[in-house]
Amino acid sequence: MTERKILLGNEAMAHGLLEAGCTLAASYPGTPASEIVGTLAAFKRSGTIAMHVEWSINEKVALETALASSYAGRRSAAAMKQVGLNVAADPFMSAAYTGVTGGLVVIVADDPGPHSSQTEQDTRQFAMFAKVPVLDPMSPAHARDLLLTAFDLSEDYQIPVLFRPTTRVCHARQDMPLRPFRQDAPLAQFEKDPARWAATPKFRFLLHKKLNEKLDAIGRDPRLQPVQLNPGASAEKGGGVIVASGAVCAHTAEVLKDLGLWQSIPLYDAPMPFPLSEDFLTGLLDNAPRILVLEETQPVMEAQFRDRAKVLGRLSGHVPREGELLPETVERIVRAFAGLPQAEASQGANAPGRRPTLCPGCAHRAAFFAIRKVFPRGIYPGDIGCYTLGLNLGAVDTVLCMGASISQAAGFYHAFRDSGQNSRPIVATIGDSTFYHAGIPALINAVIQGCRFVVVVLDNTTTAMTGHQPTPAEGRSLDGRTVPRVRIEDLARACGVRHVSVGDPYDFQAFTDLLKAAREHTRDPENGGMAVVIARRPCLMDRKQAQPARRPAPRINDKCQGCGFCITHFECPALVFHGKEEAVTVDDALCTGCGVCIHVCPHSAIEMAPQP
Amino acid sequence: MKQQIVISGLGGQGVLFVSKILGEAALARGLSVLMSETHGMAQRGGNVISHVKVMDRQGEKDQGDVAMDPAWQVSPLIRPGHAHVLLALHEEGVRAHGHFLSPDGALVCNRISPTGPGDVDATGIARKLGNLLAANLVLLGFAAASGVLFCSMDDLRQVLMRLGGPRRDANLAALEAGSAAAIGDA
Ligand code: SF4
Ligand code: SF4
Repeated sequence: MTERKILLGNEAMAHGLLEAGCTLAASYPGTPASEIVGTLAAFKRSGTIAMHVEWSINEKVALETALASSYAGRRSAAAMKQVGLNVAADPFMSAAYTGVTGGLVVIVADDPGPHSSQTEQDTRQFAMFAKVPVLDPMSPAHARDLLLTAFDLSEDYQIPVLFRPTTRVCHARQDMPLRPFRQDAPLAQFEKDPARWAATPKFRFLLHKKLNEKLDAIGRDPRLQPVQLNPGASAEKGGGVIVASGAVCAHTAEVLKDLGLWQSIPLYDAPMPFPLSEDFLTGLLDNAPRILVLEETQPVMEAQFRDRAKVLGRLSGHVPREGELLPETVERIVRAFAGLPQAEASQGANAPGRRPTLCPGCAHRAAFFAIRKVFPRGIYPGDIGCYTLGLNLGAVDTVLCMGASISQAAGFYHAFRDSGQNSRPIVATIGDSTFYHAGIPALINAVIQGCRFVVVVLDNTTTAMTGHQPTPAEGRSLDGRTVPRVRIEDLARACGVRHVSVGDPYDFQAFTDLLKAAREHTRDPENGGMAVVIARRPCLMDRKQAQPARRPAPRINDKCQGCGFCITHFECPALVFHGKEEAVTVDDALCTGCGVCIHVCPHSAIEMAPQP
Repeated sequence: MKQQIVISGLGGQGVLFVSKILGEAALARGLSVLMSETHGMAQRGGNVISHVKVMDRQGEKDQGDVAMDPAWQVSPLIRPGHAHVLLALHEEGVRAHGHFLSPDGALVCNRISPTGPGDVDATGIARKLGNLLAANLVLLGFAAASGVLFCSMDDLRQVLMRLGGPRRDANLAALEAGSAAAIGDA
């Protein structure tokens, strides 16, 4: 019997890539996609696979790298979260025209909800925009299998294939039999063909024509036609059929079975929601009295019906226009569609739940507290990472997209300076990984536009939020080779910043002094300009980095008045509030003994415990 | 569906580890599992939830049209009111996720001062063991010994033995302590 293993959706996709003989996988981490290449990276570190695996600097670089490898005839993949494709949009749109040689699959994970993203954008719509086929797996095991088809499709039609799992596939776990990895990769080969690989606009027109022809043929490809999951079912007179794709299809199947509708409502799964074949669409329109379309998060399949008079979905208002289609939502829609009474309104959560917060002892918290102290009237453009949670501390005013903290700080600077208000200090915060990803061009731009503000790079020497992927400061590739270290302080200086300092936010007083010096530099009329302060302290949760021994929790002395200042302004989860006038306590299960809170209490009520 | 379990806790409490053990226990029994978990932003100290669905294995089909396999036709999520068991690693989890529990489902809750039969001070027991981080396993042992899970204490012991690792013995001790608390209560 084959060995069965429980695999996370993202692990299953990593297996799928290996089973398909993929030779290169490049990615920038982002929830919910991170563990795809994370799994491959672990294989790579242990020396068990030949594939080239990389955490690229950003998604654009990842996609371009994978694309050229596929030009060389080798199966390749890039993986990212949905907003990562925005960053990689430029190469992606163009790659649809040039096409590929070796199979190229671009895995882009969507996050309906959203749970851990800035938008609920639907990558399947991106596929329509770029005119490439997109596959939408239902479950981890389905994703693994569908990846094999994705590579075949890509090679057969010489076109990049989008692969769009959602959070519920990426972060579901399922048991499945293990299968061998494919080992027979072809040698790299590159046929020069400038009319294709370096096409000028005239040739681009021809490529566009070809692309349209490919797409027509792909829509008819028998491997990816919608399938009826309940072949025994036939629509009752006046009844309807449901077309679904992705995890929503799994919710729908379960709901139909539970409600006793499995035999009376045909359910079609569309593994390739775009392009749908004209035959399928007209077939349904001709035969089904009503068609319910369930998909996340935008009306991609629904919009492909030319006549929508009997199509129910998001465009018709029968499906909510935003938010995740949870199984309970699907149940409500299906009941209405089938004319069943709604179930008793199931109680929602009785409490809003805790908001996320930085870990106890996280050095970002110390850095944010210091920033607020030195720049009390500041504007604080923030960025994407754990440190977005500086929001809770009032130290993050804007969050837009990767790298935007620095360019937005520049925009604020111009707005205030040009209207004659020089008084508002501006402090941008950006993580180390985000700085490498998209902060560098923004920093150069701020320098050459003559901006004067402070950039604090929160450097925990890892990509913490997504599971501690390495950064270019590590100086080691995934297969263990030593490569040059690329250091943030060198980059900042090379960007033209003349005031660059590095400090440890735990060393609270010294770090505050660094911020003050940076502030003075932005104000110096003679030699002043941009200032970069690097707040360096390893992430506490990163098992790969050397962590100092855990120190004992501090003590609360009798000066504590229960004012709650440390709770609202510092929000360390280890400090427990018991109401006004009650002394706070320290939860020793959570406290890491970082000791920063000692500097926070305005009444000096928190003090270091004596060393044992 | 054999059993649907919701595990609720705060980021860092080991919700994922508990669901992993339950999944392995199901696999060892020849059952199939489908689970969902929380990653990313919410893991940082927010309320974390895992859904675990345990069901009979749907054949050994690993070739052919995968979508047609009933194993793929199950939602990875549990609907509100459909969980047979709610394991709350933190009492706040009852407020945040209590609505998942079916009216005749079993609640097992880590509470400093237990108020009902499903309550146990798992953190207190873990502290006594000098292993605060193992409160999750204390709660799991308590649930297994109370008989509300699809699997037995023995299944869980074997999973922990197989997983091994430097924390194996400490984990086993926590599991046993939880079980003892349940039997002592009975
Ligand atoms: S994971 Fe690391 S960087 Fe993120 S909040 Fe926790 S300690 Fe801070
Ligand atoms: S020492 Fe203070 S700030 Fe640091 S983890 Fe403990 S309670 Fe939180």
